[in-house]
Amino acid sequence: MERLFNNRNFLGLLFMLPAAAFLLLFLVYPLGLGVWLSFTDARIGTPGKFVGLENYEWIIGDSKFQTAVFFTIFYTVVASAIKFAVGLYLAILLNERLPFKAIIRAVVLIPFIVPTVLSAIAFWWIFDPQFSVISWSLKKAGLITENINFLGDVWNSRFSVIFANVWRGVPFIAISLLAGLQTVPPSLYEAATLDGATRWQMFVKITYPLLTPIIAVVMTFSVLFTFTDFQLIKVLTNGGPAGATELMATMSYNTAILGGRIGEGAAVSTAMVPFLLAAIMVSWFGLQRRKWQAGSDSND
Amino acid sequence: MTQSNFTRRNVLKTGAVLAGASAANLALWAQAWAQASPFKPEKGASIQLLRWKRFVQAEEDAFMVLVANFTKATGVEVKVINESLDDVQPKASVAANTNQGPDMFWGLYSLPHLFPTKVADVTDVANYLGKKYGGWVDTAQTYGKGPGGKWICIPVAYNGNVINYRQSMIEKAGFKEIPKDTAGFLELMKALKEKSTPGGFALGRASGDGNAWVHWALWSQGANLVDAKDNVIINSPETVKGLEYAKALSDTFVPGTASWNDAFNNKAFLSGEISLTNNGVSIYAAAKAGAAKGDAKMKEIMDDMNHSLWPIGPVGKPTEFHIAYPLMIMKYSKVPNACKAFMAFMLEAENYNKWLEEAVAYLTHPLNAYDANPVWRTDPKLSMLKDASRRTLTAGGLGSVGEKAAGALADFVMLDMVASVCTGRATIKDAIAVAERQAKRIYR
Repeated sequence: MERLFNNRNFLGLLFMLPAAAFLLLFLVYPLGLGVWLSFTDARIGTPGKFVGLENYEWIIGDSKFQTAVFFTIFYTVVASAIKFAVGLYLAILLNERLPFKAIIRAVVLIPFIVPTVLSAIAFWWIFDPQFSVISWSLKKAGLITENINFLGDVWNSRFSVIFANVWRGVPFIAISLLAGLQTVPPSLYEAATLDGATRWQMFVKITYPLLTPIIAVVMTFSVLFTFTDFQLIKVLTNGGPAGATELMATMSYNTAILGGRIGEGAAVSTAMVPFLLAAIMVSWFGLQRRKWQAGSDSND
Repeated sequence: MTQSNFTRRNVLKTGAVLAGASAANLALWAQAWAQASPFKPEKGASIQLLRWKRFVQAEEDAFMVLVANFTKATGVEVKVINESLDDVQPKASVAANTNQGPDMFWGLYSLPHLFPTKVADVTDVANYLGKKYGGWVDTAQTYGKGPGGKWICIPVAYNGNVINYRQSMIEKAGFKEIPKDTAGFLELMKALKEKSTPGGFALGRASGDGNAWVHWALWSQGANLVDAKDNVIINSPETVKGLEYAKALSDTFVPGTASWNDAFNNKAFLSGEISLTNNGVSIYAAAKAGAAKGDAKMKEIMDDMNHSLWPIGPVGKPTEFHIAYPLMIMKYSKVPNACKAFMAFMLEAENYNKWLEEAVAYLTHPLNAYDANPVWRTDPKLSMLKDASRRTLTAGGLGSVGEKAAGALADFVMLDMVASVCTGRATIKDAIAVAERQAKRIYR
């Protein structure tokens, strides 16, 4: 017994067990169940029987699913790109010497702290077809004559929900990148200044390369959060008008839980997995490439 | 349960005017009822009931009084959980699937038909109430009965969805009242738009108001998703006509209705932005409440607004779609008899009449005897709601009210078809094709 507890391999296994059990129970099992359900014709209250790829064949030919896939990707790409640009800009700004820096940093976090549903309801009013504060202000300023149809028009509604998502997601990126910025040694900037580098050159040659590992992690999370967004859409548009802002996540919920077709809904959510894996792979390889920055000798 | 017991109870309540029974009388009656009732709660039972969140405060207050009286009379604690209308179905679905959760769910439309094998047989309660209160209206029987003709829920009430309009505005547009036919109604909508006082119906995914008007518009022109045998028949010339009619109507709407959910039209109507919309009578209730607090604008709206039943289309009969509120007992409940006792107690005249009155016509009864309730006589602006349960078609239209109909509603098959045509996202032909494909999948 004592020998066993002195065995590194055995101890390692033992210490891993709780984490493994946790992962198995709360991650592998639900995921496996979801994948299994997607191969069945399960409905609420009935376990269903194996139907092979039938659910996938159906959703691939379904124009509503195609729209949902398109919009999910569009939503993720556009929102993540804007969040990154604005987040990085904010981080650099907050890294400068500013008066009331601590307070400003706290304020920037507010959109992230407010519960999603609450901010969605606030946007609901901002984008209201009759009472929108934006329409009202622009009308008073004489710039428009009719209210803007924020959530009733296909593309307006798509950009409106993207705007709401960006507003909510920027603080996470800004604060994370700010933490990254503070690890960049000031001596590098001093040396660059002595060499006569411009601020833009310093950003491109020092800040950005040193920040890339953090960017990779932060953007992976951001892409995952955006891709699997649910609450914002559910509250703001519920996927409307006529499915224009439907995301795969909301579609899966509507089909499985509201429509009762659990197998089909599981197929929709399982179809998200390849996209999410792809996003993770991109960041993983991104991280690998930058290993030398973390102090490793090899540059593999 | 024998007839003589009823008589004894009836004697007990003599002197207590039905709706106006004093609290003491009611408590006394409740105790007598518990003794005489054929539904005996299990020993030490307590019930968890999840219901749709009220729209009219007085209704909820009256409901909670009823609950308290039930507890006093039977000793059964009833814990009431309120969830917004759209959240009841997902919670009930999860509970049905996992076999645990509240003992009773009070949801909408054909909810129990989504999982008919998971809800308890309540035929005895339905028969007891039906016999006592003049029988169930036809649609209540359709909603109530599951496979094999057994009752799987009690449709406690209907939420009548009617046309809400401003009298002064339709008069300015040259009309004295809401036209009785769909063609005339379209003319009214056009005239309202010309006078810059447009109306509007929700085209967003509004499960209540959106479904109500869209189904009315399609059904009125003879368009149906399925026939009586649940065969998909949406691809028909009638659907083309229905969509053309809906499109013509939507061209007269105030801008932005494509994003409206169930709450938007209430706000727009109460702020005077629109002259006409479809809704329950909660807008009127809100205006009344505002007027009672001294709000002059609310008083003006309250005095000026009125309700109307839906115009009739070429099919020549009412094609309205009112929400049904079925109350069901889950099979996994350990206290089914206590739940049945509560169901019966709730629909007894002494309770139900008071509750119905407090809902000020927001709710309509499913039992014929309650036609006599004073709420249908006190305000002429509300009296037409009395027939909501008789005039409504059921979920699924000509077809069954089962899980397929519930699935089609949850997927917004009809609503999205109409919305995509009205917003110009799809041609009529394409919209029908998408709906047909979906419907065939749901009804396979």
